[in-house]
Order: sequence, then structure tokens, then C-alpha cells
Amino acid sequence: MDWIYEPWPWYISGFMIALIMFLLIMVGKNFGMSGNLRTICTICGSGRKVDFFKFDWKAQRWNLIVVLGAIIGGFIANHFLTLEATIALNPNTIADLQTLGFENAGETYMPTELFSSSVFTDIKSLLVLVIGGFLVGFGARYAGGCTSGHAISGLSNLQLPSLIAVIGFFVGGLTMIHLIFPLIF
Amino acid sequence: MKRTIIYLLIGILFGITMFKSEAASWFRIYEMFRFEAFHMYGIIGTALFLGLVTIQVIKRFKIKSFYGEKIHFPPKQKSFARYAFGGILFGLGWALAGACPGPMFTLLGAGFLPILIVILASILGTFVYGLLKDRLPH
Repeated sequence: MDWIYEPWPWYISGFMIALIMFLLIMVGKNFGMSGNLRTICTICGSGRKVDFFKFDWKAQRWNLIVVLGAIIGGFIANHFLTLEATIALNPNTIADLQTLGFENAGETYMPTELFSSSVFTDIKSLLVLVIGGFLVGFGARYAGGCTSGHAISGLSNLQLPSLIAVIGFFVGGLTMIHLIFPLIF
Repeated sequence: MKRTIIYLLIGILFGITMFKSEAASWFRIYEMFRFEAFHMYGIIGTALFLGLVTIQVIKRFKIKSFYGEKIHFPPKQKSFARYAFGGILFGLGWALAGACPGPMFTLLGAGFLPILIVILASILGTFVYGLLKDRLPH
């Protein structure tokens, strides 16, 4: 059973994601995570002000349960199924991150510069997280889906709109890493 | 109640997969956009290939859901602007925060508390999209 403590290889992970999408389809639902952000807005009362959030959120309760599961899954995976959460990054990536100031690249699961408790008092790190999160939420809803909804569900169903969205994801991602990162880090 | 437990179990499976596959790691997203590892492409590629076969089989053989209902695959609305602009904005955020809407929640469960800021900001971003929706090209 030692393998369970190791990071899963890509083919196991890819298989599991396809299995999760299959299970959701077979219980009459679909695989897409960003819709939950809209549901949360509605629960918070946005529907009173904005028509976009006026919908019966109870019909989306199932997806919030999936999210709750994703939180529990993260807890289980980190606390019971992982001994040492390091990431075996390409040495070139590590060297590159070090020049940007990420000193322990790959030695932890997340960069401490952005995801340790000290960021709560660091304006620059806070801004990175806020702007990043804002763009994820805004962009996912504008594009009508995120990685799960477009890159997996949509492309699996041969949807041209999803292909446009996924190309957009990469145009945005490449622009951020190659053009904007050197300016901010 | 029984269905709720099924959704919860599927979610737990998803959370464990996101964490153990390292797809929830900021570092892996960064590495992916630098094309310096096959890992993320392998994950997405495998999921996509198997997903494609699965959906075509379900459609071809008109397979019913576990509850005997007909399975619908609603087509996406035809447009270019919203997918291109929305996609690019999402990509910028995905690379910066290193997390997309599923793994965000996995990271919260894993105990990385600063991800809460990302989650709250993404909810705010969704709200602002709702405010501006009618004024954006779709």
C-alpha cells in the first residue's frame, strides 16, 4: 500500500478524472466546478440586485455537496494519504522559480511565499491572491466554465466553444507566466 | 439522502484525486505553462481521451443514467467573444493564483488557509461578472 503515499502518476489521475465525470453523468449531473461560485453568489443574496443570480439555487445543491466532498478529499489526501508533500518539478522550473524569489520551489506542495500564513500581512502576496482569484471567478463565468467544465466536459463532448475557451485559458496562462511574472516577481 | 451521499463520495474522490495528482499544486500549474513537464498534459490528455470515448459510447448506445433517465448533453451556446475573452481572463488568473475552481476547495481542506482569499476573490469576480454581463461582448 506504499504507493498510495506517493504522488499519483498522470495516467491514474487522468483515469480518475474521467471516472468522476462518468459517475456524475450517470447520476444525471455534469462535471463543472465554477458554477458553484455563481450558486454561492445567489445564496449570499445577489439575486435581489442582479438578474444573472436570480435562479433556483436549490437545483444546484448537489454540486455544492460535490464541493464539500472536494474539501474533505483534500483533508484526507493531505493528512492520511501523504507523508511528504513535495513536488518533483523539472530542475529548470526550480531554477527559474528561484531566480524569481521562490526559494523552496518544489520542496513544499505550495509556495510558502504565497500560501503560508504570513501572506495575511504581506500586501504584495495578498494582491496576487486577490487578483488571481478575481480573474478566475470573473473569467470562468464570462467563458461559461472552467477547466472541468470546458477542458474536460466540453472537449469530451466535442464542443467548439470549449476549444475556443481552452485556447483562451492557455493564451492567458502563457501571457501571465512569460510576460507578466517577470514584472511582478 | 442516498443521492446526497453519492455526491459527497464523488466529491471526496475528486478532492483526493486533485491533491494526489498534484493538479492542485501551484508549482505544477507554473511548470505546465513553461512546458517543462508532461505531467499536467498527461492528466488532462488521459481524462480527455477517456472522457471522449465514454461520452461517444453513451450517445451511440443511448445509455440511460443509473436512475433510468435519459442522459442529455446540452450544447454550449455558439459564440466567439465570450469564450475567447473569458478564457483569456481565466487563464491569467489560473496562472497567477495557480488554482482553478475545483482544486481551490481541495486546498482549503488540505489546510492552506490563504486559499480562502482566492476563493473569496473568485466569488467576488463571479459577482462582478454578473453586474457587468449585459455590457460585455458575448
